[in-house]
Amino acid sequence: MNAIPADRLLWEESLPGGNHWSGRLRRGTALRLTDLQGGANVSALFYNAGQPLERYSMPDTLKSQHTGFLTAGHVCQSDMGRVLCSITADSLGWHDSWCGVSDAAMVLARYGEKRYQQHRNAMHRNGRDNLLIELAKWGLGARDLVPGVNFFSKVVPDADGALSHVGGHSVAGSFVDLRFEMDTLVVLSSAPHPLDARADYAPADVQLAAWRADPVGADDACRTQCPQNGRAFTNTERYCGAAA
Amino acid sequence: MSKLLESTLNPAHAVLDQTCLAGEPWMATVRAGQTLRILDLEGNQAVDTLFYSALDAQERYSAADTIARNGQLYLGLGSRLYSSAGRVMLSITADTCGRHDTLGGACSSESNTVRYALDKRAMHSCRDSFMHAICHCHEAGVLGLGKRDIAPNINFFMNVPVTPEGHLSFADGISGAGKYVELKAEMDVVVLISNCPQLNNPCNGYNPTPIRLLVWD
Ligand SMILES: [Zn+2]
Repeated sequence: MNAIPADRLLWEESLPGGNHWSGRLRRGTALRLTDLQGGANVSALFYNAGQPLERYSMPDTLKSQHTGFLTAGHVCQSDMGRVLCSITADSLGWHDSWCGVSDAAMVLARYGEKRYQQHRNAMHRNGRDNLLIELAKWGLGARDLVPGVNFFSKVVPDADGALSHVGGHSVAGSFVDLRFEMDTLVVLSSAPHPLDARADYAPADVQLAAWRADPVGADDACRTQCPQNGRAFTNTERYCGAAA
Repeated sequence: MSKLLESTLNPAHAVLDQTCLAGEPWMATVRAGQTLRILDLEGNQAVDTLFYSALDAQERYSAADTIARNGQLYLGLGSRLYSSAGRVMLSITADTCGRHDTLGGACSSESNTVRYALDKRAMHSCRDSFMHAICHCHEAGVLGLGKRDIAPNINFFMNVPVTPEGHLSFADGISGAGKYVELKAEMDVVVLISNCPQLNNPCNGYNPTPIRLLVWD
């Protein structure tokens, strides 16, 4: 694991298991997500911070890179042909972008009821409500909720497309680094993955750390991963007013 | 493998029977209990489709809910199409094709620049057709639809296989002339279709063709 350069660290914050977070990451900054206990799931949505009508597109991201999952070298693409963020490092090799988030009914059916009145902050939260709560803080809502990325989760298809969630995929210390290529609103939920078969509601805590990233060179591994990524970077640089 | 099942419905008894040409949108309301047939007239045509609750545009077809709740990447006979509120919007009750795509989404002028070449922006695209429908169709006006309502769609008749190793590709279509899929509406839904004009990949056999849309009570 590459150490985050101490002189360029911007902030650190913890995202407890089951919780939610949102914030703005500027172009040229990076964010590391670290699974602190193992078994984390971070459902992430990305929006152009200046124009949230532009947002992460699961289909555009997967089809332009001819991949069903995300790992280092891949980029998270918007629905406007641009790169929101690049995955510059990854200790896991597979993050899910198919399955979306759990909702209140799913969490109730799987884990039973734990409401705030009895359980305080150990209450059961769900992915959909977590994301909606954070979206509402930015004037966004259900219409803006699209399939995002489930970091730390692996779901594999068989030859007929039937899916299985891979238990034990993420261990304590697993991490993924995102480098933001435009000013991005990031919305996170750390509630369990909708296909996680564990009987207990016990999503791991996650550490967030942001720093100033290295400049993106012409030989950047995410840019050169495939010609499609190169063109998405060109579109992004034109949009941001940077020289291509 | 998905099973195939032919329909017993007679086109002569349909309450709606329309043709949608390649490169054009189509929008209509299908009431709970009605059945919609999407018919691939000449074969190998991708039909990009979105569904909205006719009562509340905030509730719409959700690709992620459909994939996770079916535990399946592909749609076929017996698949349930789930809404963003976790409810069944429609079920596939007849299918002579065998597989329909949940992952490929709609082509757009912007994604064409990424996937093919920067100068492909001017080519016609499904999202532009969706935008055209949003600006012109009565149902879109009633629901107040805008760009934020264009979420990942279904591609009927399109073949986007994913290997167990996670490799995704666009393969030759497995549809043919006269193949169809039928969906029974479980709630009142507004259907928004772009009959795909994509010329750069095999999803339309490089020759976009018309589809026929029928509804039965
Ligand atoms: Zn298309």
